[in-house]
Amino acid sequence: MIDRARPVADEDMPADARDPGGARSSRFVGGVLLLVLAGMWIAGWLSGTSAEDMLSLTAWGVMLGGIIALGGIGLTLCYGVLKFPNFAHGEFLTLGAYVTYGMVLVLPRSEPIWRFSFGWELVVGLPLAAAVTAVVAITIDRLLYRPLRRHHSPLVLLAMASLGMEFLLRGIVYLIWGSDFHFYYSGRANPALYLPFGLRLQADQIFVFALALVLVALLYWMLTRTRIGKAMRATADNPDLAQVRGIDTEQVVAWTWAIGAGLAAVGGVMYGLASQMRPDMGFVLLLPLFAAVIMGGIGSAWGALVGSIIIGVAMQLTSAFLNPAYGPAVAFVLMVLVLLMRPQGLFAQR
Amino acid sequence: MPLLQVDAVTAGYGDTEILRAVSLHVEADEVVAIIGPNGAGKSTLMKTIFGLLHPRQGTIAFDGHDITHQAPHRIVRLGMCYVPQVANVFTSLTVEENLEMGAFPMGKVDLSDSKDRVYAMFPKLRQRRRQLAGKMSGGERQMVAMGSALMMNPRLLLLDEPTAALSPKLVAEIFERIAGINDSGVGILMVEQNARQSLGMAHRGYVLANGENRHEGTGRDLLEDPNVGRLYLGG
Amino acid sequence: MDLLHFLKACFLLVPAFLLGCLLFSRWRWPARLSSALAFGCLLVFGVAAWWPGAMDYLASFSIVAIIYSILSLGLNAQWGYNGHLNFGVAGFFAVGAFTMALFVTSPPSGLMAAYAQQWFGLDAPYLVGVAAAGLMAGAVAWLIAQPILHLRADFLAIATLGIAEIIRLVFQNERWLANGPQPMSGIPQPLSCVFDDAGCAWLPDALRSALSVMQPRDYGYLYLVIVTFALALVYVVLEAMVRSPWGRALRAVRDEEESAAMSGKHVKSLRVQSFVLGAVVIGVAGALYAPYMVTIDYSHFKPLFATFLVWVMLMLGGSGNNKGAILGAFVIWAVWSGTGFVTDYLQVALQGVAPDVASRMSFLRWAFVGLLLALIVLYRPQGILPERKRVSRFLDGEPED
Repeated sequence: MIDRARPVADEDMPADARDPGGARSSRFVGGVLLLVLAGMWIAGWLSGTSAEDMLSLTAWGVMLGGIIALGGIGLTLCYGVLKFPNFAHGEFLTLGAYVTYGMVLVLPRSEPIWRFSFGWELVVGLPLAAAVTAVVAITIDRLLYRPLRRHHSPLVLLAMASLGMEFLLRGIVYLIWGSDFHFYYSGRANPALYLPFGLRLQADQIFVFALALVLVALLYWMLTRTRIGKAMRATADNPDLAQVRGIDTEQVVAWTWAIGAGLAAVGGVMYGLASQMRPDMGFVLLLPLFAAVIMGGIGSAWGALVGSIIIGVAMQLTSAFLNPAYGPAVAFVLMVLVLLMRPQGLFAQR
Repeated sequence: MPLLQVDAVTAGYGDTEILRAVSLHVEADEVVAIIGPNGAGKSTLMKTIFGLLHPRQGTIAFDGHDITHQAPHRIVRLGMCYVPQVANVFTSLTVEENLEMGAFPMGKVDLSDSKDRVYAMFPKLRQRRRQLAGKMSGGERQMVAMGSALMMNPRLLLLDEPTAALSPKLVAEIFERIAGINDSGVGILMVEQNARQSLGMAHRGYVLANGENRHEGTGRDLLEDPNVGRLYLGG
Repeated sequence: MDLLHFLKACFLLVPAFLLGCLLFSRWRWPARLSSALAFGCLLVFGVAAWWPGAMDYLASFSIVAIIYSILSLGLNAQWGYNGHLNFGVAGFFAVGAFTMALFVTSPPSGLMAAYAQQWFGLDAPYLVGVAAAGLMAGAVAWLIAQPILHLRADFLAIATLGIAEIIRLVFQNERWLANGPQPMSGIPQPLSCVFDDAGCAWLPDALRSALSVMQPRDYGYLYLVIVTFALALVYVVLEAMVRSPWGRALRAVRDEEESAAMSGKHVKSLRVQSFVLGAVVIGVAGALYAPYMVTIDYSHFKPLFATFLVWVMLMLGGSGNNKGAILGAFVIWAVWSGTGFVTDYLQVALQGVAPDVASRMSFLRWAFVGLLLALIVLYRPQGILPERKRVSRFLDGEPED
C-alpha cells in the first residue's frame, strides 16, 4: 500500500481552504457556527425578547451545555474506542438519575449545601449511581457486544443491538419507577443568584457547569498522562495494532465502558436536578448528545464539551422565537450542517 | 536449538489455503530474509507466526515454548515483536506515546532506559518525540514502528516489508538500521520485496512461492543461484 | 353455520388464500392456485365451524399485521436491498398517514371548526389519498436524501432517527397543520357504505342484501380485504423490481460499491431511488393505517411502534427477503399481541399484591422486545428466511413466485 503524503497541518492552511479529503477547516466551520448563533441572537432580539433576556438565555444555554457535556464526553469516549453509536447511552443517564433518586429517598434528608438545592445524600449517591451504571454497561458489553466483536460482526449490527438495549433498559426503568415525572427535592425552593449584567443563575446550574469542566479536564488528563488512558487512545486509533503491541484490548474496552457510563450517570443526575426526572430523559437527550459528539469530533473530549456548549446555547437561544419543544430539532440541524462541511467534526485528529 | 522453529505450517483465510506445509527456522542473532513473488503468502506467514492467524496444521515454537495457537499479546511477553507492513503506528499519538505503547505489557514501570535505548538507535526520533506520528513522513513512521517494537527488548523481531514504498536512500538507511539492531543482539526475520538488498545483508534466506518453500540457503548462495536470480531477483 | 359467520369466513378466505399462494410458491401455477384455495378454505371454514368467536380477533390482528408487513417491505427495500440503516421509519409512516387524513377528510365546519384545525381537507376519494400519501412520503425522502444519504451508515442511522423525531414534533406542535397535539378525527373509511340502510349503490342487489346482515363493528372484514390486496400489490411490484436489472444493480451497489461504480452504475442515484421507493411503500402503509384508526395523532408514531418493532420484524423474518419481511411482521405482531395478554393477566393478578407494579406491567413488553432484538442480532442476524441469491428470473428452472 502506498504511503499517503503527509497531511498539511491545519495551521498552514488558509481559513477557508479544503483539506485533501474535501472537508473544510475547523476554523471555517467554527466561524459558520458562530454566525449561526449570532443569527439566532438577532432573531430572538427581533422577535421581541430584550437583550438582557437573550443574555440570560445564552448563560442558561452554556449551563445546559454542561449537562449535555457530561453525557457527551462519556459517549465520545465509547464511540471512539468501540466504533459504533451506542443508542442506549442515554439510558445510562436515566439509570444514574434514578439510582441516585433511590438513594436520596432512602438516606436521611440533610440540609442543602450552601445555596445549592441538594444535600449530602445526593453527593453520596453520585458515586454509587456511577458504579451501578458502570457495572450495567460492562455486563451488557460482556453478554452482547463482545460476542458480536468476536464474530467480526459489522458495526451496523452492533448499532442495532444497542437499539434493542435502549428499549430493554427503558422498559426496566419504567417497570421499577413508573412513568411519572419526579423531582429530587420537590417543594424545595431553588432561588437564583443575582449576578452582574442582570443574569440570574441558580447555584445548581453553576455547580453543574463547573463539574462538567472539572470532569472534562480530569478525563483529558487521564487520556494524555496515564498508561491506561493512552492505551484507550491507541485502541481507538488502531485496534489491531493495539493487539500487536500487546495491549489487552478487552481490558481497555471494560475501562471505557466504566468511565463512559459513570460520566453519563453523573450527567443524568445533574439533568434531573436542573429540570426533572423523567423515564424517557435518556431518549430525549439522545439526539443532542449525538449532535454534540459528532460536531466535536468522535473521540475528542474537548470536542464533546465545545459541541455540547454550542448545542446548549443554540437550544436556549431558539426558544426565544421557536417552540421550545423543537430543541432537539435545532441540535439536529446544527449537526447536519457540520456533517456537510466537515464530517470528521471540529476537533478530529485526522 | 533455534530461536524460532516453524514446522510444516498450513494456514489460510476461510476456505482458502495460502500456506502449504511451510517450514523455516531462525537462530538467535541471525538475520533471515523471506523473499518471493507477490501473493506467495509471505505476509500470511508472518501473521501466522505472530498469532494473528491460527495455523490449521503444523507447529511453531519460540525459545522452546509452543506458540502455535498463542495470542499476540502473550507472544509479545515471550520476547517476539512484530512490525506490520501498513498501519504500523498510532497516528493520533505522539512518537513518544507510540514508544510507550510498545512497552505496554511491561506494566507501570519507568521506561526512560528503554526509551533512551531506542532513541540512541534512531536519533531523529528524539528530536520529534512530541510530534504526532500521523504527521511524519513514511521513513520516519517506519522508524517509529520499529522503535516501538524494540521497546520490550525482544529477542526476535518480525519485520513485514520494512522498506515498502520508501525512496532508495531511505531503503539503504533502513537496512543499515536493521543491521544495527541485529548487531545489538536481536534476531531478525523479515519479509522483503527488495530481494537483492535484503539477501545481501541476511545471513540466510528462504524463497517462498505459491505458499510453499522453494529455495533455502545462505544469503550469498541465494544471490548467486541462477534459478533464484532469474525468477526472483529481476535478472 | 349462519350467514354472518359464513360471510366472515369468506372475507377471511382472501388473505388465507394469498397466504397459501406464498407458502406454495415453489409449485407450478395450476397446482399452486388449487392448493392455496384448498388450504385457505380448510383453514378459514375450520375456524368458522369450531371456533367462530376467534374470527373477529383474527380479522383485526391480520389487518395490523398486514400494515406492518407493508412497513417491513418498505424497510426491506431500503435496508435489505441497498443497505440504508433507516432508523426513521416512523417519520415516513407519519407523513403518509397524515397526508392521507388531510386529503380524504373535509375541512372542519360549523361547531367543529372551533375545536379542530387542519391545513386543508380535500374530501378526496380513497385511492387518491393513498397515492398522495405515497408520493408525499417519497418527496420527503428525496428531499432529506440529498444532504444525508451519502453519510456513513452510523451517521445515517442517527440522522434518520433525528428526522423522524422532528416530523413527530411538527405534527405534535403545529396546530394549524393537523390539529396537533389533538387528534385528527373523522377519517372516512372506504366501503363503509355497506352499513348504510340502502347499502352501497354500486353493488348488485343480491350481494347487497347478503351483506346487510353485517354490523358496523364488522367493518374490519371489509378493510381486511382492501389491505390484503394492497399488500399483494406491493409484494408483487417489489418482487418484480428486485429481479429486474435495477434490483441487481442495487444489490451490486450494496455489496461492492466500488466495483459497481466502475461498471458504470450510477451509484448515487441508485441509492436515492431505493431510499425513496422504500419511503413510498412506508407512506402507503400510513395511508392504509389512517382510515382503519379513524382518528390519528402524533402519539401513534412514536419510535417504539413505528420504527423499532418494524426493525425487529425485518431482522427476524430475514432482511433481503420480501417473504421474510411479511413473515417477520406476522410473527412479531403475534408475539407483541401475545405479550399483551400476558401482561394484562399479570396486571390483574398483581392488582391486589402490588398495585404500583401492576399498572406498569405493560412496560414489560418493551423490555421483552428489546431483549428479543438483541438476541436476534446475536444468534440469527440473517433472520429466518435468508436472502435468496436469485440472479434473474430467466436463469433458473424454478417457477417464479
